[in-house]
Amino acid sequence: MVLRFLLEKEFKQMMRNIILPIVFILLPLGVINMVPRAATQEVKNLKISVVDNDHTTWSARLTEKLAASQYFNLSDVSPAYGKALQSVEAGDADFIVEIEPRFERRLVKEGVASVMISANAVNGIKAGLGSSYLAQIIADYSAQLREESGMPASGVGMAHFDVVPRYLFNPTLDYKMFMVPALMAMLLILLVGFLPALNIVGEKEKGTIEQINVTPVGKFDFIFSKLIPYWCVGLAVLAYAMLLAWMIYGQAPVGSIGAILLFATLFILVVSSMGLIVSNYSDTTQQAALVMFFFLVIFILLSGLITPIASMPAWAKAFTCINPLRYFIEAMRTLYLKGSSIGDLMPHLCALAAYAAAMWGWAIWSYKKNS
Amino acid sequence: MKQFIVFVRKEFRHIFRDRRTMLILLVMPIVMIVLFGFAITTEVKNSRVAILDHSKDEVTMRIAEHIARNRYFSVVADVRSEKDIQQMFLENRADIAVIFSHGFADNMLHTGKASVQLLADGSEPNQASVRTGYMQQILAAFLQDYIQAERSHTPAAQGTALAMPQMQIVPVTRMLYNPQSRSEYNFVPGVIGLILLLICAMMTSIAIVKEKETGTMEILLASPLPPIVIVVAKLVPYFVISCMNLTTILLLSVLLLDIPIAGSVAGFIAISLLYILVSLLLGLFISNCVSSQLAAMLLSLLLIVPTIYLSGLAFPLESMPEALQRASGIVPARWYVEVARKLMIQGVEMKYVMHETAVLALMAVVLLGVSWKMFKTRL
Repeated sequence: MVLRFLLEKEFKQMMRNIILPIVFILLPLGVINMVPRAATQEVKNLKISVVDNDHTTWSARLTEKLAASQYFNLSDVSPAYGKALQSVEAGDADFIVEIEPRFERRLVKEGVASVMISANAVNGIKAGLGSSYLAQIIADYSAQLREESGMPASGVGMAHFDVVPRYLFNPTLDYKMFMVPALMAMLLILLVGFLPALNIVGEKEKGTIEQINVTPVGKFDFIFSKLIPYWCVGLAVLAYAMLLAWMIYGQAPVGSIGAILLFATLFILVVSSMGLIVSNYSDTTQQAALVMFFFLVIFILLSGLITPIASMPAWAKAFTCINPLRYFIEAMRTLYLKGSSIGDLMPHLCALAAYAAAMWGWAIWSYKKNS
Repeated sequence: MKQFIVFVRKEFRHIFRDRRTMLILLVMPIVMIVLFGFAITTEVKNSRVAILDHSKDEVTMRIAEHIARNRYFSVVADVRSEKDIQQMFLENRADIAVIFSHGFADNMLHTGKASVQLLADGSEPNQASVRTGYMQQILAAFLQDYIQAERSHTPAAQGTALAMPQMQIVPVTRMLYNPQSRSEYNFVPGVIGLILLLICAMMTSIAIVKEKETGTMEILLASPLPPIVIVVAKLVPYFVISCMNLTTILLLSVLLLDIPIAGSVAGFIAISLLYILVSLLLGLFISNCVSSQLAAMLLSLLLIVPTIYLSGLAFPLESMPEALQRASGIVPARWYVEVARKLMIQGVEMKYVMHETAVLALMAVVLLGVSWKMFKTRL
């Protein structure tokens, strides 16, 4: 009974705040619409500067072939390597392709010629993928030259087998499909993780907590009344985000929506409780915000949201095992892309449930009625 | 001037007496650098392979051995059917599966119809294509070795085909600035940009709004000091903390991560100070817009999300759609991260970062003007 009135209070407080409802509507829209387009590790629109020291038909054709590729934009043709390096330093080029002098002549006479690729490797992934694309184009070009001069396109081998690669679950290798489910998790954290962290401490700062403390409201009821609104908001935001993902990218979960909601229910309980715990221990809003931010940054970085967990060193991997976000993001991605059943995700479900129980207990325990 | 110092001292006390905040402000950069330096990498390692061998002959065994020996792969299972593979993918227990066709060795030598199917879990596209690429390299290398070995056994075939390369263009690749392709080189400049923005914008805006919310702003504004002095005094401690953090990060990245500052240190510090100024002004701007700490916090969050995704910190800008690339122009961190990469990692001359610096300076001027206009001396 008491709980009903407390809930009424919390919901009214939330909805009468001018900013909160706007944020609930706009933040998911912004994140789901913008971030997957930005958060792509795909490598496109690379800028190359070509240094042609040969000036023959064959070297010019190589330049043309490079410029025609979908991955590369030819930024300039420089007379010398030093000049091309300057465009790299100014940020106008990412790769320098240097064609050696006597390129055509060596190809005809000796059968071998070389092309020097220099990559700006500050971003290692970009440099690595880009230079393998360049190598691929160059290999295609030499096959083409071989064919024109009447030689077989590939070397004659005695033994041979085909390699057939196939991609499951995301056949077009679209990075957005991979990011969208994980971004829903990030949205939940930002909204139902941060807001509770500022909630109780806000009441402390304003002094309204005193009034609660002198009523017969129990600790359990109080924490519950703080959690339920975020639970509702969280699930509503998730449903909204899923709808957005379907409308904007046509992406619907392959797995069951029920399973997603089950995981989300547990996860929201975990993060909201964590927020309340931070709030219980903090004295000022500023402190609560910073502490929460600190933990969330660590959780996000070690969750596999941006970088793969498999490549982490052993100690960091061990840490991801106690990271609730990791379980939720993995579950979301698996449910969305692969359509696993709850049975396949049992370890994730158990981990989140254990976490939820522990955090909920801690949130109730850490709230002290006497100041 | 004396009064100003008194005010600054007051602000410092506010921060120093909040031990937890102080601790986190100083520890956060260290934790971030350690995480980005040692834990987080975009490289593809430790991929789990499931092998389905329909043939089980000498050749497939040898290929499997080759795969197991490769440092990027570890063979986790020898499965019996495609169904097992599907199940392993569903439970996230394997990343790529290698399937050998029936009668592999026989077909490979005689009919040319042998095939290896690579099934990759494509949910993470980049990882999937890199893994498949590595696997193809292993297989191609195996085939090459196999043919070479065969040829040396049959003297008649020696000296004929493939003895001399024909029309071969050999690409020689060189990685500039970051020969080992370490991802820290890419991340650290971004981390500096993020931390400085976080501390300056989020912390200052909350600190100023707090005075409004608790009502103490009224007392401050009623003091004989000009209001602008009060606000500047509020910014000073965060400026100092930001400088300390900048120093920590630079020292850690040089001493711990071995990332040299290749360009001019003085120039880099000067531009960093400019960026800190822009971030502080952003915080001031937010605090002018709102009147509750909750709102200040939410606005700062709205600032931090684009900073993570649109600054080029983790995701390359040039892969983004045109509209977003243009939108990234108003994110200060985008310009700063670019300068930091150029000066720290590439070590270019100052003239190549003039454009970015000018943009940051322009932002500072605009923000200063707007904040000045919006600042109210009455409540």
